[in-house]
Amino acid sequence: MKILITGISGTLARGVAYRLVRRGHQVIGIDRRPWPDVPEGVEMHQVDIRKRPAEDVFRISRPDALIHMATVTHFTTETEERYRINLGGTRKLFEYCHEYGVKQAVFAGRHTVYGATPDSPLYHTEDEPPLAGAAFKELADLVAADLYAGSALWRWPELNTAVLRLCYFLGPSRGGTLAGFLSKSRVPMVMGFDPLYQFMHEWDAEEAITLAVEKQLRGVFNVAGPSPVPLSTVCEATGKRAVAIPAPLYPAVLGRFGFPYLPDDAIAHVKYPIVIDNTAFVKATGFEPRYSAKQTMEGFRWN
Amino acid sequence: MSFLDDPQVRRNVDRLPIEFDDYGFDRFGLSKKTLARAYSPMAFLYRHYLKVTAFGLENMPAQGRGLVIANHSGGIGADAAMIFTSLLLNDEAPRLGQGMAEYFLTKSPFAGPALRKLGHLTGLPEHGEQLLNDERLVVVFPEGARGAGKLYKDRYKLVRFGTGFMRLALKTGTPIIPCAFIGGEEAFPQLFHIKWLAKLVNGPFVPVAPQLIFFPLPVACQVYYGPQLRFDGDGSEPDHVIRQYVEEVRHVMERLISTGLDARPRAFMLERMPGPEKEQRR
Repeated sequence: MKILITGISGTLARGVAYRLVRRGHQVIGIDRRPWPDVPEGVEMHQVDIRKRPAEDVFRISRPDALIHMATVTHFTTETEERYRINLGGTRKLFEYCHEYGVKQAVFAGRHTVYGATPDSPLYHTEDEPPLAGAAFKELADLVAADLYAGSALWRWPELNTAVLRLCYFLGPSRGGTLAGFLSKSRVPMVMGFDPLYQFMHEWDAEEAITLAVEKQLRGVFNVAGPSPVPLSTVCEATGKRAVAIPAPLYPAVLGRFGFPYLPDDAIAHVKYPIVIDNTAFVKATGFEPRYSAKQTMEGFRWN
Repeated sequence: MSFLDDPQVRRNVDRLPIEFDDYGFDRFGLSKKTLARAYSPMAFLYRHYLKVTAFGLENMPAQGRGLVIANHSGGIGADAAMIFTSLLLNDEAPRLGQGMAEYFLTKSPFAGPALRKLGHLTGLPEHGEQLLNDERLVVVFPEGARGAGKLYKDRYKLVRFGTGFMRLALKTGTPIIPCAFIGGEEAFPQLFHIKWLAKLVNGPFVPVAPQLIFFPLPVACQVYYGPQLRFDGDGSEPDHVIRQYVEEVRHVMERLISTGLDARPRAFMLERMPGPEKEQRR
């Protein structure tokens, strides 16, 4: 299969590319960022997904499948730019898919779109509305992108669309949201709260995305690995010091005193859990995570 | 495990039919360590302070899903705590009762995570379903906070039942185990409620009992479990069918309660009522 990966220079995307090449697929990559030691078998185009050269890649190479991983978070990008990339970019890509006869599209989204609230059920299922935007404005664009990608299911029924809502991942690349939160020696907790955190090994996440393409998945799927563990245990197992901070002081310490930076609204994600039910994905793909929570955290600690 | 842990509690926590991960947590965030720590003082209260006697524990499934439906009383949740303790201290088949907690508690700091570590999730229908599908034992007080806040003058009168538990039981094919808790109303006789304080703390009610503190009196209590009830259906039945089923459960519970009330020599009983195991030994 000829597979196009957007955002290929990202942490997970590189791993997915390696996996696909190893399994005999032809991989084409698009990213604004360079990938200097791009492996053999990957055709890399250093272009912007919103610009004309990206369309040219579709037109000339005619990929069979698209894995869309070119979304950005508030950690790296300003609001306006984020909306342009996450929403504008996603829209463009799905239109190209339709126009140039792509058969399968996989959107790699995040489980944080469900939002962290105390009154929602612990295990979120795919039929629940993603509510994160209401309380966490820095996530609103990703929620919209997730829903837009899902709308391709009725907009272009001939295109097999899979929207994946992946939980956090940890791995040797030390990339990703959770790794960023654990990047300093101290981890800020909100006093009196200890939410469950759900994450999987980076390699399991790569495998899940690869499976979604190979199994020609259609629909919206939560992707998770082992059972969640409390944040205090995550800190302990990854060798970080958990510091309990009273809620009113919390925004003031972020980005200072050796704590990582988070936007103010992210406090809900440190108070309440976001846990997803991956039954549907497992049933559709037979996915089985290879690494337990303990292996993932200890691997992250000593790597 | 700490030396403060009660040996029976520790033993029975280890025997629970629940899967724990490498860190002693289950998939809902229940903590083995917290269980032993929290149930140890409860076991002390159970044995020596509230002197609880449990009857009909043989009706409890040794494993697999089950829905315990109990009457609520005594304002501060001592009845719930003792029901949970009686389930865990049942040496024949220790079970962990998992409750549906008040949203007011689960969203609060400290209380929320503590309840989760003990297996009590926010009272949402989805949580009931998730727990039962995971073969857990869920304890439901269908009277809700209204039942817990009963005044002493209304003692042991069942208030309006919710019907959610019945649809849940039918949908998940779960047997219902009716349960009556006797003594809760005397241990914490509620004279009146402070309404303005309840509003201030956003809680359901703030009860006042003669002892003036939020702690029960040392009145001997009893728990009665009735035989399992099973109903036909899949949870999509019309309201009148569900209401009829709920009435049946309610009726069984009223009978259990009156049996329990008749069995004790007097209301404010300070000595333990002899348990069923002693009768068997004779």
